[in-house]
Amino acid sequence: MMTSVSMTVNGKERRADVEGRTLLVTLLRETFGLTGTHVGCDTSQCGACVVHVDGKAVKSCTMLAAQADGSAVLTIEGLAHGSELHPVQAAFHEHHGLQCGFCTPGMIMAAVDMIERHDARLDEATIRHELEGNICRCTGYHNIVKSIQAAADHMAGQRHPGLVQAAE
Amino acid sequence: MYETNYHRPRDLDEAKSLFAAAAEGRYLSGGMTLLPTMKQRLAAPSDLVDLARLVELKGIVVTADTVTIGAAVTHAEVATSAEIRAVFPALAALAGQIGDPHVRHRGTIGGSLANDDPAADYPAAVLALDATIVTTQRTLEAADFFQGLFTTALEDGEILVSVAFPIPAKAAYAKFPNPASRYAMAGVFVAILEDGSVRVGVTGAGQDGVYRDATFEVALTADFQPSALDAIVVDPANMLADLHGSAEYRANLVKVMAKRAVAAAGSS
Repeated sequence: MMTSVSMTVNGKERRADVEGRTLLVTLLRETFGLTGTHVGCDTSQCGACVVHVDGKAVKSCTMLAAQADGSAVLTIEGLAHGSELHPVQAAFHEHHGLQCGFCTPGMIMAAVDMIERHDARLDEATIRHELEGNICRCTGYHNIVKSIQAAADHMAGQRHPGLVQAAE
Repeated sequence: MYETNYHRPRDLDEAKSLFAAAAEGRYLSGGMTLLPTMKQRLAAPSDLVDLARLVELKGIVVTADTVTIGAAVTHAEVATSAEIRAVFPALAALAGQIGDPHVRHRGTIGGSLANDDPAADYPAAVLALDATIVTTQRTLEAADFFQGLFTTALEDGEILVSVAFPIPAKAAYAKFPNPASRYAMAGVFVAILEDGSVRVGVTGAGQDGVYRDATFEVALTADFQPSALDAIVVDPANMLADLHGSAEYRANLVKVMAKRAVAAAGSS
């Protein structure tokens, strides 16, 4: 049985006919061609597939496409404004928060969600704890944590002008 | 994943009739267990009836002595609810330890309880407080609801609607998570009720699923201190054993987590 779904993906209205079993990540990658979202495991543990659905970070490999019907989906491709990187993307670039890059889309989407939920006020222990749903097999997380801290401090500086920034 | 038919009902009545009409239906809530199980082809329901957006299953209601949570309320919503944090912070803290942030955005309390994973977190609090579980058909006490590993009193087609917790005077949950899955290797929920009695719910460790530890409860009712548990030896005979930890290891871990929960509740 095919189901017709429509959703906003990175600000654009999209619709598709999907099987009941089609995963959101499959719809994004194979139907919409948005291959920035990765599939790194088959057990819902690695977080490479994290996207935002209605403003919340979710594992798109553990959600049916039909469950996202009517929702607003944000993927890594929708984060930058034109050629201007999102502050979290810029921080991963600046602080070399990756090696092979496979986990990076999920890491960045998780980091954006993390920073939003904490209103950009993050310390190292919180960042490390909050990353428990995202696995990186290269970096040992050190530069990922540094990147997220730098992005959070940058965004906090924009939101809370009086705040003393930890990283500067 | 095998083929399945996805349905999104408008209300509970439609959900029940869709389920009844299905060859082998399953209710879908957050899907944090069911979808991975289907991906592994360990479950192959002919039809999925999605309950996650039903308004009848949403909402958190706090009264003077009770916190009532709709079945489709997510772990993240419980963890961040200002109302729950004000009157029952131990429950919000428990919800904030389930899985990881992304799982907490999807997973629901009703899904967790209906699944009754022996290493899930909520059952420890639900059983310890003998919370009231409301379904589409009846009202159940927690002691009657949990019936062993992945087994509850829910009948075919019955839907868990809400769970009502009596607000304890003090409570805390201490969990030792499996570092890969974040499920409890042992999780202990300790509460002092308004009448002064002490309740202890243990998850992750017992081979028959969540249980109350009467020996701990007697010792802690007499003296609510971590040291009150020093002389108690937890019997490994009833403990789960797997590649993550032996029965002896879990027996010791239950006591350690119980003492941590008592310490945390005492200072709350």
